[in-house]
Amino acid sequence: MEPTGEIKNDTTGQKLGMWLFLLTEILLFGTLFVLYSVYYAKYTADFASSGKELNLLVGAANTVILLISSFTVVCAITALRQNDPTRSIVFLILSISLGMTFLVNKYFEWGHKFATGHYPGSELISSGPVGKSIYLALYYIITGLHGLHVLIGTLILLLCALLIHYKRITQENYILLENSGLYWHLVDLIWIFVFPLFYLIA
Amino acid sequence: MDFCISLILFNRLKKGPSLQTDQHLPPLSYLASALVLLCLLILTAVTIAVAKIHLGPFNIVCILLIASIKSSLVLLYFMHLRSEIWAVKISLISTILVLAIFISFTFWDVAYR
Repeated sequence: MEPTGEIKNDTTGQKLGMWLFLLTEILLFGTLFVLYSVYYAKYTADFASSGKELNLLVGAANTVILLISSFTVVCAITALRQNDPTRSIVFLILSISLGMTFLVNKYFEWGHKFATGHYPGSELISSGPVGKSIYLALYYIITGLHGLHVLIGTLILLLCALLIHYKRITQENYILLENSGLYWHLVDLIWIFVFPLFYLIA
Repeated sequence: MDFCISLILFNRLKKGPSLQTDQHLPPLSYLASALVLLCLLILTAVTIAVAKIHLGPFNIVCILLIASIKSSLVLLYFMHLRSEIWAVKISLISTILVLAIFISFTFWDVAYR
């Protein structure tokens, strides 16, 4: 049995390493959900009324966008494994566009909130009910951190598209694409929980 | 903790195909991925519909249950967890367990103070 250090393509190690990183990300968002659950228990009515003020249509659209983008990332991997790198790049570009659409939607949502006086540290929030102030704080922190992950994921997928184009990711050696796909699916997973907790508790 | 368990198991089983990733298995077909996507979209619609019905405290339980089903679909099919090595499966399950304990015990503590 040759020692691990001499294996050239340690896809098992790379996969395991990526999963371990994803687990830390799950714990990162998980602790924010702990905060959410505690304050939800304490200020249930305020949370419900604040939830009504978020735009359900935009939230639902963002959910659909991320679900479809996960699908296109899976298709990109399938295409590459079926020796069709061009199609793979097309699917990745689709995923990247969907990711950017998500961020644009977020921009409009946050912009609307800022315009109505609900920006972090505003007089309107601090003079209102405490539960609402906590809800908005959690909203900005969780969706902000998630948005940052969407941005990072989009850039990683763009990098993958370039690497496929320059034949650094191929049909035989596609672990980088798989790991990037895993990251993107995690971003989608987190939003699957964020969406009902903020938009559907009304 | 789950990192240590994974390492111990990884070292114990460092032989044979049980440690290989699913590189030797065929990729998820376009049709299969499309079916999973369809299920996810339907479940999204169901979640929104459930939220519109007033079930009181059971609303959030139902909604989180549907969210768990959706995330299981993404994990099992899109993230290939079905064909993944079991060190990954055990690590993920133990992480979720830790998080579940963290959330539920904290919630329970605060709710009944």
